[in-house]
Amino acid sequence: MGITLNALTRSLSVFHLAASPCNNCDIEILDCLTPKYDLERFGIQLIGSIRHADALLVTGSVNRKAAERLKLLYEQAPKPCVVIAIGGCACSGIMFRDNYNFAGPVDRLVPVDIYIPGCPPKPEAMIAGVAKLIAKVRGEKA
Amino acid sequence: MSDTNIKTIAIGPYHPLQEEPEFFRLHVDGEIVVKMDVELGYNHRGIEKLSQGMHFDQVPFLVERICGICSTSHPFSYVLAVEDIGGWEIPLRAQYIRTVVAEVERLHSHLLWLGLAGHFLGYNTVWMWAWKAREPLLELFEKLTGNRNHYGMFKVGGVRRDFEDGFCHDLARVLDNLVPVLDMFKGAVSDDPVLRSRMEGVGVLSYDDCRAYGAVGPVARASGLNIDARRDDPIAAYPLVQWRVPVLKAGDIYAKALIRVMEMYESVSIVRQCAHKLLTVRGPVDLRVTDVPPGEGIGHYEAPRGECFHYVMSDGSNRPARHKIRAPSYTNVATDVKAVVGETVSDAALVLAAVDPCYCCTERMIAVDAGTGATRHSGAELVRLCQAKTERLRRGGRA
Amino acid sequence: MSMPLTGFADRFKTRALAWEEKRARRLYVEIRPSDLLETANYLYKDCGCRFVIATATDIVTAITVLYHFAHDASGVMVNIRVTLDRDKPAVESLTQLFVGAEWIEREMWELLGITFIHHPGLKHLLLPDDWPNGVHPLRQDFRQDELPPPCPGRGAEENR
Repeated sequence: MGITLNALTRSLSVFHLAASPCNNCDIEILDCLTPKYDLERFGIQLIGSIRHADALLVTGSVNRKAAERLKLLYEQAPKPCVVIAIGGCACSGIMFRDNYNFAGPVDRLVPVDIYIPGCPPKPEAMIAGVAKLIAKVRGEKA
Repeated sequence: MSDTNIKTIAIGPYHPLQEEPEFFRLHVDGEIVVKMDVELGYNHRGIEKLSQGMHFDQVPFLVERICGICSTSHPFSYVLAVEDIGGWEIPLRAQYIRTVVAEVERLHSHLLWLGLAGHFLGYNTVWMWAWKAREPLLELFEKLTGNRNHYGMFKVGGVRRDFEDGFCHDLARVLDNLVPVLDMFKGAVSDDPVLRSRMEGVGVLSYDDCRAYGAVGPVARASGLNIDARRDDPIAAYPLVQWRVPVLKAGDIYAKALIRVMEMYESVSIVRQCAHKLLTVRGPVDLRVTDVPPGEGIGHYEAPRGECFHYVMSDGSNRPARHKIRAPSYTNVATDVKAVVGETVSDAALVLAAVDPCYCCTERMIAVDAGTGATRHSGAELVRLCQAKTERLRRGGRA
Repeated sequence: MSMPLTGFADRFKTRALAWEEKRARRLYVEIRPSDLLETANYLYKDCGCRFVIATATDIVTAITVLYHFAHDASGVMVNIRVTLDRDKPAVESLTQLFVGAEWIEREMWELLGITFIHHPGLKHLLLPDDWPNGVHPLRQDFRQDELPPPCPGRGAEENR
């Protein structure tokens, strides 16, 4: 991983990519920012540019059009960049797998570090997933 | 078009507050939007084809996932379409339950929109308050079905779960707590002079344009079209309770916002009446339909965003032979082309959001230079421009 | 049937190839493709109907397009069906009457291969621009296994 590891586990800049989702996961992600869960108190913030991202959150089953964008964005992200696949669609494609426009799932296109399944995963599940990710990243360093 | 004065503004494609990906290409001359192209396809998952490969009882789980925010609207319209084929009479208790589920969804969907609009306008407190107000509603459904959204309540012939009386009491309590919050939003929308000046006269859609595009929902009702599928083609328990359809004429963002606020009050009233009835109307909640005869049927329901339409053709087998789905945003997003042309870059994000697209389009807006194709503003920047204009007005400056 | 739709029946029922009121508020009418513009225009302008959407279906022997109109004042859904030749399905575009038909006709063109005559621009709406020509996913003879593979996955050398 490298010298930026410490930075990664203290304050996480997260870029959210919606790759053919139904939006439920995306709304639950945003819910994490609202007062009940308040992700920002953990130092996690959503940012607007991939070029400053420590982490890439991907939702959706990734159709043909979205697949090119996903790969492009991952390439643009400065490494190390952890990829978090949120929701059943991003993890496996679930019921959209057999479709003519399916081009995913996410880990076929970019390496995924954490899978947070659910349809949609509750905000608590996402926070637990991020906590696991931080522990994993620290574990690799050790 | 080779006018070198016309710049293109790229909005997005991936803005944090935008969930849904579609591309809006704004052509801008100075500060004014002169043209807009919409590019879709980033969400197309071939659902109509997938539906043909599933049996009738599996389809509600599929169509629920067309859209995460109004995840009841599609299953509701779908089961209505299949029931239109079979002609069955749905048990009364199930009709009340369907109505409650649908209206609670309208509440949390409108609150979601209110929050997003608040964010675009630079009132992040509004965003936080509106989304906080959604939580008790989502928790109610988690208690009932196990999921905050995508609750799988609709099936052909009825609903999957019954309400206990305790749930009806919980529902009433949550609504009692919600009304003061709605009062606050109503006050904010109608009494704040800065908000009014931001929204009045902006993004106007005419009655004739609404007709030409086939616009539906609050977008249409804000321009004077008095249409509502729940009332026009009566379904579920809507004809059994008292409620009204708010309609305004101005066609601007202010009218669209006011209508959504007024609809929330109506939803509260409908749910209260239904919950009250459920304490005395007893009986089964499911017909246990086993076969769908050959035929074709139509189901449409007034989703928070407008009429959601499903057509199903059955050939007597256990799967749809054809399933056509039309979400309200399909017609409404197209109206953006008319509503945003002539507006300023600072208002563009708000105008696009006012349609309450089932996909939140703010991410994927790009402005292209009609002459050079160069990008001028990202999606995040467009939202910032929108917020900055509010700030200028608040300080007494010119828009 | 309500008054404006009575006018519709008076004018079009005898010309229709089929006329069926399947349920209260559900009318299905089959017409000749050559009558489409006049019928749609009457429903939209004279009856004040709203164009909802259109459903195109490959029924093996032909391609049908079912246009759905809503008469909101009475709640009646008026559905107009045309049957087109399966090999070269083509019909007049309703964009000549209202702009709301533009997107759905593009969708029916790309998913079923129907040509809409006088449409301002039939190009992809939902499918990617590099989708192979002549391949229509909602056709009965669509072969999914013959599609070019989607965006290539990451190779072994890209693994971390």
